[in-house]
Amino acid sequence: MLLNLRSKYFFFGLLLLMIGCNPAEVEEGATAFAVQKMPDKIDFNFHVKPILSDRCFHCHGPDDNSREAGLRLDTKEGAFAALGDAKDHYAIVAGSLEESSLIERMYTDDPEMMMPPPESNLSLSDYDKAILKQWIEEGAEWKEHWSFIPPQKPSVPAVDNKGWASNDIDRFVFNKMDKAGITPSPQADKAHLLRRLCFDLTGLPPTLEQMDAFLEDESPDAVENLIDDLLETDAYAEHMTAKWLDLARYADTHGYQDDLERVMWPWRDWVIHAYKKNMPFDQFVTWQLAGDLLPNPTREQLIATAFNRNHKITQEGGVIPEEYRVEYVADRTQTFGIAFLGLTMECSRCHDHKYDPIYQKDYYSLYSFFNNIPEEGLIPNYGVTPEPFITLTDEEIESTLSFINNIDSVENIELMVMQEMEKPRQAYVLNRGGYDNYGDPVGPSTPAAVLAFEEDLPANRLGLAEWLTDEDNPLMARVTVNRLWQQLFGRGIVATPEDFGNQGSLPTHPDLLDYLAVKFIEDGWDVKKMVKFIAMSSTYQQSSVIPKELLEKDPENLLLARSPRKRLEAEMIRDHALSIGGLLVEQVGGPSVKPYQPEGLWAETTGGGGGSTSRYVRDTGSKLYRRSLYTFWKRTLPPPNMMTFDAASRDFCIVKRQNTSTPMQALILMNDPQIIEAGRALADRAIQAAPANLEDRMTYMFRLSTSRYPTPEETSELKAYFGEELKRFSASEEDAKAFLGIGEYKVEADLEIDEMAAYAILANAIFNLDESITKS
Amino acid sequence: MSEKPIKERALSLNRRSFLSKASVGIGTAALAGLLGKRYFRVGANGQMEMATDLRKGMMDATHFAPKAKRVIYLFQSGGPSQLELFDYKPLLNKRRGEDLPESIRQGQRLTGMTSGQDSFPLVGSQFPFKQHGQSGAWVSDLLPYTSKIVDDLCIVKSMYTDAINHDPAITFFQTGSQQPGRPSIGSWLSYGLGSMNDNLPTFSVLLSRGTGRPAGQPLYSRLWGNGFLHSIHQGVQFRSGKDPVLYLNDPDGVNRQSRRQMLDRISKINQQQKETFGDPEIATRIAQYEMAYRMQTSVPDVMDIQDEPEYIYRMYGPDSTQPGTYAANCILARRLLERDVRFVQLYHMGWDQHDGLPGAIAKQAMDVDQASAALVMDLKQRGMLEDTLVVWGGEFGRTNYSQGVLTDDNYGRDHHPRCFTMWMAGGGIKPGVVYGETDDFGYNIAENPVHVHDFQATLLHLLGIDHEKLTFKYQGRRFRLTDVHGHVVKDLLA
Repeated sequence: MLLNLRSKYFFFGLLLLMIGCNPAEVEEGATAFAVQKMPDKIDFNFHVKPILSDRCFHCHGPDDNSREAGLRLDTKEGAFAALGDAKDHYAIVAGSLEESSLIERMYTDDPEMMMPPPESNLSLSDYDKAILKQWIEEGAEWKEHWSFIPPQKPSVPAVDNKGWASNDIDRFVFNKMDKAGITPSPQADKAHLLRRLCFDLTGLPPTLEQMDAFLEDESPDAVENLIDDLLETDAYAEHMTAKWLDLARYADTHGYQDDLERVMWPWRDWVIHAYKKNMPFDQFVTWQLAGDLLPNPTREQLIATAFNRNHKITQEGGVIPEEYRVEYVADRTQTFGIAFLGLTMECSRCHDHKYDPIYQKDYYSLYSFFNNIPEEGLIPNYGVTPEPFITLTDEEIESTLSFINNIDSVENIELMVMQEMEKPRQAYVLNRGGYDNYGDPVGPSTPAAVLAFEEDLPANRLGLAEWLTDEDNPLMARVTVNRLWQQLFGRGIVATPEDFGNQGSLPTHPDLLDYLAVKFIEDGWDVKKMVKFIAMSSTYQQSSVIPKELLEKDPENLLLARSPRKRLEAEMIRDHALSIGGLLVEQVGGPSVKPYQPEGLWAETTGGGGGSTSRYVRDTGSKLYRRSLYTFWKRTLPPPNMMTFDAASRDFCIVKRQNTSTPMQALILMNDPQIIEAGRALADRAIQAAPANLEDRMTYMFRLSTSRYPTPEETSELKAYFGEELKRFSASEEDAKAFLGIGEYKVEADLEIDEMAAYAILANAIFNLDESITKS
Repeated sequence: MSEKPIKERALSLNRRSFLSKASVGIGTAALAGLLGKRYFRVGANGQMEMATDLRKGMMDATHFAPKAKRVIYLFQSGGPSQLELFDYKPLLNKRRGEDLPESIRQGQRLTGMTSGQDSFPLVGSQFPFKQHGQSGAWVSDLLPYTSKIVDDLCIVKSMYTDAINHDPAITFFQTGSQQPGRPSIGSWLSYGLGSMNDNLPTFSVLLSRGTGRPAGQPLYSRLWGNGFLHSIHQGVQFRSGKDPVLYLNDPDGVNRQSRRQMLDRISKINQQQKETFGDPEIATRIAQYEMAYRMQTSVPDVMDIQDEPEYIYRMYGPDSTQPGTYAANCILARRLLERDVRFVQLYHMGWDQHDGLPGAIAKQAMDVDQASAALVMDLKQRGMLEDTLVVWGGEFGRTNYSQGVLTDDNYGRDHHPRCFTMWMAGGGIKPGVVYGETDDFGYNIAENPVHVHDFQATLLHLLGIDHEKLTFKYQGRRFRLTDVHGHVVKDLLA
C-alpha cells in the first residue's frame, strides 16, 4: 500500500495548511481540527510536504524560471543537493539540524536571512517549524506525492465494532474513529434516511406514498430495495446529469459579450440517457473525449463529443480570432485537468506549475490533443452554429436517437461536436501564455509525473482517453469516486476534488479512497454500483444529530462519526417546491425552458445584439414546471434564483459548489413567485387529499415539505400562524385575492377565498423552515 | 533575489527558538482566531462553535490607516473617448486626415474592426478645450460641470490596460483578470473589510443606459460577481421600479405584520430544530432571515428619494427626477453611502462610439457631466468626501484616428487600450492634480503610466489594504485582485 499512513496524525497535516497563512486569508476548502499535539512520527506526505508546498515551492518548486538560490524542494534530489558556488552547504541534511540550513533560515530573526522572506507575505508557525525540525531529526524520509502513485487495494482493517459495519467502507471509517476515541452515530431514523436517499440519489423529495411504504416496510432489505428503485428512475439520471453539467460547463448561450443562444441540449439529453442506462464510466468519458475517433463512430458517439464544445465562444466584433481559439483549446485542457485528473493545470499555461510537477511543456503537450479541431475563434455571423457541427434530422432523432426529446419537432438541429483535422495543427509552448508567443513545438503527450504516454497509444484524443482510463492511471478513478463520495457526503474524501496536487487537501481516509478507486475499476467503472455501495454503508446511514461533544471534538466531521446536515442545492430547492406542489412536469430532456424570472433583467443589461437572449420571454404552461436542470442558462446573466443558492456560473469547469447561507436566499424563499405558486398548489393538494380539518391538512403539507410528521409544538405554532393569517385574509378579501393570484396555477379546491389564502401562506411558511431546504 | 549567505551563520542558531518536542499547542481560542469568522468562533460559554458572521470581514485590522471608508465607482461602460473629454491634442486637429505615422503606431495591436482599414486618418476633437481651475487642467466643453470641480479631482491621463475588446477589458477592470471567474473589486472589499451596516448589502450595484449609443455594449452580472468568495460578498443590484432588489418585495397580499408573524413562528420551530440537531448552521439561517427582513425595510427607505430637497435635484440636473437614469443613480449612490454601504458600483452604458462619435458623445457627456460633478460637490458639502473615494472611468480609451470614413462633421473611434483618462476624487487622493502625459498624437503614454492593476492596488491602499496581502486560496493558489502585478501609485496619494 502506497502511503503507510499514520493516519491518526492526519489532522495535524490539515492544521498545517492553516497555520502560518496570512491572517487576512482563509482557505477554500480549509479544514482544521482543534487538537494540537505533535505526532510521534512524522509522515512526509501528510505533515511535511504541505508546508513545503504552500510556503516554499513558490520560489523553490518545479518552476525553473522562478527558482531562487538554485534550491528546489519539490524533488528529493533537489532537496538534498549541495548548494552555493562552493557546493559546501545543504538545505536539508538528514538527521542533522546543525547542517541543515533550512533550520537556521526558518528560525532566524534576520529579515535578510529569514525563510519564507518577509516580502512573500508567508510565514511558518511554531508548529510548522517544529514539524520540519522533527522530520529532519528523524532522518528526513522522502516520499513521492501520494496521488501520483497508482492506488493498490489496501487490506481492510479488522475492527471490533460490535456489528456496526455494513460493508468495508465502515471498517475503514470505524478504524479511524476508534483511534480518535470517537464512536459512530446510530442509524438515522427512517424518515430522515428516506429523505436523504431521495435527495442524494434523485435530487427530489420523497412522495407521501414512498414515505408510507418505506416507514411500513420492516424487512431487512427495505433500504436496499429503496436504493435499487431510486437508481432505476429517470430522476436519478437527471440528478447525475445536473452535476455533470457543472463539470462540463454546459450552457444555452455562447458566454461572451452579446451572449447569443446556442443549441447544446441534445448533448445534455445524451448524458441523461447514458446515466439512465448506467454506461460504464470509462466508456462515458471516452465517448465524450474522443467519440469521433472511434472506428466508424455512431451518431451517438459523435453527439457525446459535444462535451468539449460546451466552453464559451465569442462573437464580439474586432477580437483576434486566434487569441480566442487558443482560449478554447486551453479551456478543454484545463477542464480535462480538473474533471479527470483532479489537477489545476492553469498555472502551467504561463509557466511551469508553482506547486505540482506539471511543466509548461506538459501543459502544451496535453493542449495539443485538443488543438486539432477545424474551428474558428470568432463566430463569423450572429445566428450561425460554429463549425464543426453535425446536423441531426427530426427523422433520424425519431428513428435512432430517441433519447433526444425533440419536442418542438425541429427539422434540423445543428450540434457542435469534435472533429479531427486531417493534418494536426502544430502546437507550441506559448511563452507566458501569449497566443502568438511561440516557443518550442510540442506534440501530444501527457504529464510524465502522472503517467507516461505509451508510444503505442494513438497520438490523439482516443489515445488520451485510453491513457486516462488505464488502470495504471493514478488519478482518474480516485478523482471520480471522490466526486461520488462528495455527492453523498457533501465533502469528498479529498475536500478539494479539483486539486489532488501538492496544494490540495489530503484525503481524510486515504486507504478508503484507494479501496474505492480500485473497486470501481474492478467493477467495470459501474457508477450505480458505486453509488449503491456508498449509500449502503452504515457510515452513510448514520444520524445527523450532532452531539455536543462530537461537535467540539470534530467540528468539521472529518471522522465521519455522523451524517452531514446540508442545505439543498439550487436545483433541488426549486424542484422540491415544484414536486410537493404536484406541479413538477416529469418529462425528460428537450430544449431548455424559461420559467419565472424577475422582469427586465436581460433587457436592462443587453447591448441589443443578442437576438433571442436580449429579452427574457417567459414560457407558460408546463414549461414553468420542468426540473431546474432544464432552465435556460444564459451565461452572462444566469437565473438569479439559482445563482443565489450557489449554482455554478458555467463559465468554466466546476466540480464543487459553495454551500452558503445568505439573506438573499431568504428573500427568494419568501418572495419568489415560483415558490409562492408552488405553496398554493401544495395547499390545494392538501385540501383535496387530507381530511377536512386544519391539523390534517397542515400535517399533509408538513410531511411533504420535511419528510416527517410535525411535533406537537410545531403543530401548535403553525396552527396559530394559520389563525393569524386567516383573520387577516378574512378582513381583506383584496389581500387574499392578490396572494392567490401569483403565478399561473389555478386552485381546484372548493374553499372560501380567505381560508384558501391562509392555507397557501401556511404552505409557504412551512417551506421556509430550515428543515424544508435541508437534508439531514 | 540573490543567494544569501548561509554558511557562516550555520552554527549560531538561536536555540531558544526551538520548541520543545512534546507540544506546541495553540489553544482552541487561538485556533478560532486564526480560522477567523469562516467557520468558528468562541461562544459565550468559551466553547468553540461554528459561526458564519461573514459580514464582519476577514481582516481584523487594516494593513495601513485607511484614508477612505467608502468607494463609489462611476463606471463609464464602452470606453469613453479621452480625446473629446480630457486629453487635449491640438496636433490632431492640425494634422487632421493625415495617416497615423508608423513611428507612432509602432505596429501595435488593433482590433479586428479597424485592422483592415487602408488608412488611419488622424482626427482631433471637434469640441474645444479650455483650461480650468487652479490646476489649469484641460477639459473639453462637453463637460462644463466637471470643469468647475477640477481642483477637487485627480485626473489620470496615462491609464493603460491589457485588453482591447469590451468583454475582457471590463472583466479585467472589475476583477483583475480578463477571463471570468474572479471576484470583483466590491466583493474583495466586502470579504476583506466586511460590512459597516446591518441592513443593507455591503456591495451595491446600479445600472443606467446612456443616450449616446443606446444599443451598445452589454453588461454581465459576473462583473459584480463574488467569483470564488462566499456568495455573501456578491454585489446586489438595485433597480428602479417596483422590485428594487431582486425578490425584495413581499408578495402581493402580504404585509409587514404578516411577514413578521411568519418569521417569528418559523424562527421558533427552527430554534427547536437547532436543539434537536445541534447544528449551528440553523442559527445562521435564522439570522439571515432577520437580515432579509431588515433589508425589506431599509432598501425602500434608501430608494425613496422623494424626501430629497429641491436644490439637490437642481444640483444633479433634470434627469435626476427620472428613476433609473445616471443622475438618479448618483443620488441613490450617495444615499447608500450615507447609510454606510461600503462600495457602490454604478455602470453607465453607451460610450462605445465607433461611428457618429461627435453626436453620440455630446449626448453621453450630457448624461453624466452634471450629476458626476454634483456627486462630488454633494459629498463635499456633507463632509463625506474626505473619506469617500469617487472614481470615474471606462474600460479603455479610443483611437486618435477615425474608424470608418472621416468626413467634415463626422468620425468614429475604435478601442484604444494604450492610453486613456480616468479621474478620482476624495478619500486620500491628491486633489487638483493632472497626472501622467500622453504623446502629442494621443496614442502612447509619454510619462507616468498607470496600469489597471496599479489603479486597483491604489484603490485598495486608500482603503487601508495591502493589495499583496488580501488573498484567498482557491484551487491551491493564492488569488488577489491584482493577480501578481500592481504598484500603488504614490504620486496620487494626498
